[in-house]
Amino acid sequence: MSVAQPPINHPEIRRLEPVLAPGHTYETVTATISDVVIKRPLGLGWFAGFTLAFTFLMVLTVAVAWLIIKGVGIWGINVPIGWGFAIVNFVWWIGIGHAGTLISAILFLLNQKWRTSINRFAEAMTLFAVACAGIFPLIHTGRPWMAYYMFPYPSTMGIWPQFRSPLIWDVFAVSTYGTVSLLFWFVGLIPDLATLRDRAPHKWQQMIFGALAMGWRGSARHWHRYQSAYMLLAGLATPLVLSVHTVVSFDFSIAIVPGWHTTIFPPYFVAGAIYSGFAMVLTIAIPLRKAYGLEDFITMRHLENMAKVMLATGLIVAYGYFFEFFMAEYSGNKFDVFLVDQRLHGPYSPYYFALILCNILTPQLLWIQKVRRNIAALFVMSLIINTGMWLERFVIVVISLTRDFMPSAWGRYSATVWDYATFAGTLGLFTTLLFLFCRALPAIAMAEMRELVAHTSKDHD
Amino acid sequence: MFLVCGCIPESFGGHYRVTVDPAKLLIACEEPASAAILVVRGGTIKRNELMPQLFHRSANSAARISILAVVILATLGLTVVFGGVRSPNFTNQYLIRNQPIQFSHKHHVGDDGIDCRYCHTSVEVSATAGIPPTRTCMNCHSVLYNNVGYLAPVRESYSTDTSIQWVKVHRLADYVYFNHSIHVNKGIGCSTCHGQVNQMPLMFQANTLQMQWCLDCHRNPEQNLREKKDIFNMDWKPGPDQAEKGKLLAAQYNIRGVRELTSCSTCHR
Amino acid sequence: MNQREFMDEHNHEHHHVQERGELRILSARAGADVAAEAPLAKHALDLAAVRGKLQARAGKQYWRTLEELAEDPHFTELLQREFPRQAPSEWDEGVDRRDFLKLMAASLAFAGLSGCGVPPRENVVPYVKQPEGLVLGKPLFFATVMPFGADAIGLLVESHEGRPTKIEGNPDHPSSLGGTNAFAQASVLDLYDPDRAQLTTNFGDMRSWSQFLDSAQAAAAAIKSTEGAGFRILTGTITSPLLAEEIQGLLKLYPKAKWHQWEPAVSDGGREGAKLAFGRYLNTVYRVEKADVILSLDSDFLAMGPGNVRYMKEFFRRRKLTGPDGEMNRLYVVEPTPTVTGATADHRLPLRASDVELFARALAAKLGLGGGASLPGAEKWIAAVAADLQKHRGSSLVVAGEQQGAEVHALAHAINAALGNSGVTVYQTEPVEAQPVNHLQSITELCADMDAGKVDTLIIFGTNPIYTAPHDFDFATKITKVRNTIRVSTHFDETAEYSQWHIAESHFLETWGDARAFDGTLSVIQPLIAPLYATHSAREVLAAFSDKPGVSDYDALRDRLKAANSGADFEKFWRKTLNDGVVANSAFTPVAGAAKFSADSLPPAKTIPADQLEFIFRPDPSIYDGRFANNGWLQELPKPVTKLVWDNAALVSSKTSEKLDLAHKAASRGGEHGQIYSPVVDVSLSNSKVTAAAWTLPGQADGVVVLPLGYGRTHAGYTGTNRGFNAYAVRVSSALFTATGGTLKKTDAEYSLACTQYHFNMEGRKILASGTLEEYKKNPNFAHEEDEQPDKSVSLYKPQDFPYAPDKPAWAMAIDLSSCNGCNACVVACQSENNIPVVGKDQVMRGREMHWIRIDRYYTHTPSETDGGHSGDPSEYSPALDNPETFFQPVPCQQCENAPCEQVCPVGATVHSSEGLNDMVYNRCIGTRYCSNNCPYKVRRFNFLRFQDWETPQFKLLRNPEVTVRSRGVMEKCTYCVQRISNVRIEAEKQNRAIRDGEIVTACESACPAEAIVFGDQNDPNSRVSKLKAQQRNYTILGELNARPRTTYLAAVRNPNPEMEKA
Repeated sequence: MSVAQPPINHPEIRRLEPVLAPGHTYETVTATISDVVIKRPLGLGWFAGFTLAFTFLMVLTVAVAWLIIKGVGIWGINVPIGWGFAIVNFVWWIGIGHAGTLISAILFLLNQKWRTSINRFAEAMTLFAVACAGIFPLIHTGRPWMAYYMFPYPSTMGIWPQFRSPLIWDVFAVSTYGTVSLLFWFVGLIPDLATLRDRAPHKWQQMIFGALAMGWRGSARHWHRYQSAYMLLAGLATPLVLSVHTVVSFDFSIAIVPGWHTTIFPPYFVAGAIYSGFAMVLTIAIPLRKAYGLEDFITMRHLENMAKVMLATGLIVAYGYFFEFFMAEYSGNKFDVFLVDQRLHGPYSPYYFALILCNILTPQLLWIQKVRRNIAALFVMSLIINTGMWLERFVIVVISLTRDFMPSAWGRYSATVWDYATFAGTLGLFTTLLFLFCRALPAIAMAEMRELVAHTSKDHD
Repeated sequence: MFLVCGCIPESFGGHYRVTVDPAKLLIACEEPASAAILVVRGGTIKRNELMPQLFHRSANSAARISILAVVILATLGLTVVFGGVRSPNFTNQYLIRNQPIQFSHKHHVGDDGIDCRYCHTSVEVSATAGIPPTRTCMNCHSVLYNNVGYLAPVRESYSTDTSIQWVKVHRLADYVYFNHSIHVNKGIGCSTCHGQVNQMPLMFQANTLQMQWCLDCHRNPEQNLREKKDIFNMDWKPGPDQAEKGKLLAAQYNIRGVRELTSCSTCHR
Repeated sequence: MNQREFMDEHNHEHHHVQERGELRILSARAGADVAAEAPLAKHALDLAAVRGKLQARAGKQYWRTLEELAEDPHFTELLQREFPRQAPSEWDEGVDRRDFLKLMAASLAFAGLSGCGVPPRENVVPYVKQPEGLVLGKPLFFATVMPFGADAIGLLVESHEGRPTKIEGNPDHPSSLGGTNAFAQASVLDLYDPDRAQLTTNFGDMRSWSQFLDSAQAAAAAIKSTEGAGFRILTGTITSPLLAEEIQGLLKLYPKAKWHQWEPAVSDGGREGAKLAFGRYLNTVYRVEKADVILSLDSDFLAMGPGNVRYMKEFFRRRKLTGPDGEMNRLYVVEPTPTVTGATADHRLPLRASDVELFARALAAKLGLGGGASLPGAEKWIAAVAADLQKHRGSSLVVAGEQQGAEVHALAHAINAALGNSGVTVYQTEPVEAQPVNHLQSITELCADMDAGKVDTLIIFGTNPIYTAPHDFDFATKITKVRNTIRVSTHFDETAEYSQWHIAESHFLETWGDARAFDGTLSVIQPLIAPLYATHSAREVLAAFSDKPGVSDYDALRDRLKAANSGADFEKFWRKTLNDGVVANSAFTPVAGAAKFSADSLPPAKTIPADQLEFIFRPDPSIYDGRFANNGWLQELPKPVTKLVWDNAALVSSKTSEKLDLAHKAASRGGEHGQIYSPVVDVSLSNSKVTAAAWTLPGQADGVVVLPLGYGRTHAGYTGTNRGFNAYAVRVSSALFTATGGTLKKTDAEYSLACTQYHFNMEGRKILASGTLEEYKKNPNFAHEEDEQPDKSVSLYKPQDFPYAPDKPAWAMAIDLSSCNGCNACVVACQSENNIPVVGKDQVMRGREMHWIRIDRYYTHTPSETDGGHSGDPSEYSPALDNPETFFQPVPCQQCENAPCEQVCPVGATVHSSEGLNDMVYNRCIGTRYCSNNCPYKVRRFNFLRFQDWETPQFKLLRNPEVTVRSRGVMEKCTYCVQRISNVRIEAEKQNRAIRDGEIVTACESACPAEAIVFGDQNDPNSRVSKLKAQQRNYTILGELNARPRTTYLAAVRNPNPEMEKA
């Protein structure tokens, strides 16, 4: 029952691309978004995509099972390169998670209206990324079944973990991050779950959504508590955005390995994380809006804003790279000097140049508005940046280890099929979860969108 | 009339149904926390027939209880796990094993007063105390009870030159390198670890043998130190003055400090 | 001793490990491995059963397989060993069906269903009658000797409840003086080699020993009738009087019988040289300790050949510096390819093997011994050496190489005589060999006779002719003309393939016997264990053909000694001999008679045109002539100079390599510290061909191609078969050690070699400090030039974090780089002491070898001066690599006080002990590998896969019960032999006394023949280690990192000849 709306003439909104295309009412917003979940039949495209993703997920199961049977020796790691793909992937995934929290928490506190239509799946992405990341610290150990030694519990051995080790800090940082993100996401979902419950055609759907909605009735009291809870969680999540990747970067900067032992790591890891995170949001948003006709909600303004954020964080990362060189040369530490030299001239230099290309040079195109507003270009760009950020972790983890203190012990690293299988597998896990998510839950926060409607429509009447 | 309701009708708790003409919307109040609260003019409200209640009322209380239940179960679970691994079922403490010969330490040590070292010859010199060879049994049993039925396995072992297969009672973890001789020489008596063997008709493991238990002593050896003469005395109990006595003995045996005793390589190699 | 002797309580402590599966750390206290005993015991029974069956069957019996005969699956399993795996296969690519099923199963069990049940019932199995003198849990040591060529190395063997587990040197034995070499250290693994032949066979069918005896006696009768016309014995070099007596007995019994000898890796030059110089075969013994100046003419006397362990000890005793005022001997080496001796030399001259003779002649001429020879290009060198030798008349020494010809040896004798060294630094004795002959002639005769069909009974032991005989002899075809060949060997090898009878030979740790050492000292070989299988000694086999068969080795030995030592109380003598491991003062006395020989008498030397390639054959430094090919420890032992493992390669000089474009390159997996691709070359030589991998070796004489012997075996066993290429295939009788006229053609194929250290360049880091004696005298502090030692007081941690009480021991190690020549004895000793697994070529190529102590090889090579920056890639040519100074640096765990590994371990699996040890607690380790990443010295080793072999019963007997057997997924590293520390400490504490200096000896220290490694308490100012650390030469690797290692190094000092510098 859509009724033609007068054009939105709020001065601020007019200048910019609208965060919500004109002509939408509560009804239309709710319908378009919730129908994706409850009405729309599962299309062939979805099935195709899901099957593919699920296949990769199976690859992960097999890879991990084989790993547990045989041991980490099936990977390409050795002495001196004790950490390979596993840690690279871990850092990469954790990084990707960041955008979600940043969008939903920080931008929320900053009252950025444009976050509304992307925060839901950005958060979902965060959760799934953390899930993928969480696998690696566990399976990269030689004896995963003993990994519980890392938790402080009353052991019959009468001893505790070694709290000076950054890996222990990781355990806490990542688990906290995961928990808070999950809560934040779920609380945000509650009103929408209620909406779905009410709109669901089938009893079983109603039961499920109803149970999850925990008796939400949308009374003023509900709303009031919901708002304060959401605000609170946003407040909690905000520091985590910074803390998690800082702690992850400690894994390296605490060690004495040349190329790891650098104070610049925390800021530049966080920037990198947000960089890759936004890239991933774009990678997901662009197909999503296309597939489910959500262009009205994820508008060009969103895409452009994200492009700008990427450009900014990209520059911070570039600064980080530069300073790695500067510090090495400036300090004159012969090990660091040698290492940075190796990045340029060593056996792995192609990786480094590829990284510079992906993370520093290509993104400069984003200065041009045409590029920022070209969806295809943005999509490609987001993929390039994701690759670049993966390479960055590879350069940091592997190249540093191949050229440390004792020349006699220098070695080389190359991944085995199982390394690739595990990585591809986590991509499978990630996409599988996404496919399920976009059909089982509203990919866009309906309640908040309706606020937008309220805001945009308050000019008339 | 005015009505305060959820942001849009559909999202009512399912109890009411409201039909509202969106054109009749008045305003949305400014305060963001309740931005969704709308004031609707002239709607009509009636009991909802179309949407029956999804859950029974009890669901509410069930939900509330479930929160409590999670907490309780979690605590319970942990208690069971951490308690369980310390319980005899797990440590095999007090477990009496079925031996080929019902050998009674009570009889030999308690009643006959045979010294531990008569059988466990290497206890003072070697890491392992040593299980006596059949010949040791035959020293006496070639004359005493030399035709009793239940000693047949011993005689058979001796005559056929095949070992008696005892079942292990005290099993330390694989990676612990326990050395009997140093303990016995430094004032730790048999009964401290093995219990009052002289009162055990059948042998069992008197302690948990868990690292925690080892450390209890390695972190504070004084509590268990005895004089040389009492080492093999099964009935020795720490007296009220053990605290200072222990200190004296520690000095006399010059027991190494706690740091030394709790270094990993003291027991693990 | 019977099987049950293994089965004591101690052994059974850890019976359950098998059931428990690999998800647990194990303790090896043989205990670890007791599941092993069962099969062995069973096996013993089976043999009995089988013998029984054999006896039972009257008349002719045919059976196709052993199952048919033995009717026991287990027995066959033991026989046709399908599973002896010393090294896991490659896991990451290719999943076969069985693996895949396992895999699916595990995928299902994913939910975490992996059960952790109560430990299964374990049995304690005491002795019935405990042997005297055995205290459970206390190892015993027995003296014995390892016969090796014309030498026998004195050993003390550690035995745990009847299982020999570790070899130590025998301080009372002249050939050892407490030191050992890699071969001796690894010999204990040969004993437990699962691929050993385990019973007597006839054309592959099992026979009982008694059946063999019958057939032998039957044959003996026939032989008697022909006075032994067709009876031949082929052996290697024999120094055992007992064995010799047995053979002589047979030769007396059968006058027409003949004894032939063939030792493939040692030339007749030594013997014939002596003949030239002294008119008869004599044995030459050096007194290296008395020599101030030594010249080696292509002799690797510090690592190979008779007395090498002894010579190493003596040589390095003359190179120990207590301060700048110290004096050192001086070593000149002339050699075609770098050996450990050459690498230690103060002056090294790379010469083609054929030019070494010219060099000798030229030197002789220079010293006025006649002959006008000269060696263009080396005059100055020769002049300087000659002068130096002259200067040290009576205290100099010239040593000729084992592979050099008679002329070189003769010249060496002449020069020594002329310099008045005879009787001082060198003397001659009666031959140590029971019967010195010209081996080449000897085997040539044999071949001729075989070809002529004159041989109908041939006994072969101690040598493997089918594999090692010159290929132009075509031994394989000729041997088929022999009616009855009896092969006695530990493995069913190439020769066994061609023999009618194969008698499984006992290991020297299983037999009674005797052997003479390099100086004639007689020692008794005393068995540590009863034969594991139905094996017999060569003497027993010989006796089977004599008129009194079946005399046990024990009786024969005692009778012989009784006869030799009539008079004195024999039992007393016997006990003393067994205890000492040597027959008191049985060494040969020097024989008089100086070398009457002049260079003039020599025929004109044949020279090889410079443009021709010279191919030389050398025994492999790890597996010698191939006899150790199936020894995993030696196969995986990085060869001292090349650092290659599991393969041999055709070694070429940097220049040649550049000319022929033979550069090798590091692979992307493992790379530099593992897999190297090297070009494959076709070697066509003496009308024969072999395909080999080429390896560029800095310091090799240009135009020389080294073809190391011992590889390419076809019947070595699981470990040794089809490794590398067979150099014997292009070796002919006319050119046994030096061949020319061959070609080296590069193919476009590539071969993967496993190399544990590719990069030789120190990149200007403070890793190995070296200098000359002069520099040292001028500036005693030279080792500390430009090092940035951080102030120890600066630390974020409170001082009580390092409370190393001054009254308590603080364990530390000092390694004198002047004394290390990279001989590898320590590496094998460590592997044997600490149950270190063999991982296999594939894993080494992935950079995963497990040695706790590695020996780094560096070329002092200053890029800037020579060629403006060298990548450290040896295949990249640089003039500086034509003859680089070579240094070796053993690197065990540095046991840092401020250990980077400890800070980062999340579970506290590596922490500090109160005595400053950097403890590694396997059962706490979860395998994050963070410690390894953070270790600046990269001494940590990780069990990437399940490297330990837990199935093969023999290996379970081998392991040291004092050391945990590490499972998959845990980190490990050098512990300073903490088990030895603990045991000594416990004994000391029981006696309420302090631990004496030198009471604790680590495995590497005790093995080191150069006494380069010293371990002790650095808090005790009088300990040997403190004294060494007090020297100014003492420095720490990468000191600026402030890790404060407890292992420190004494800068290497060389003693070059100032004259030579000018030359």
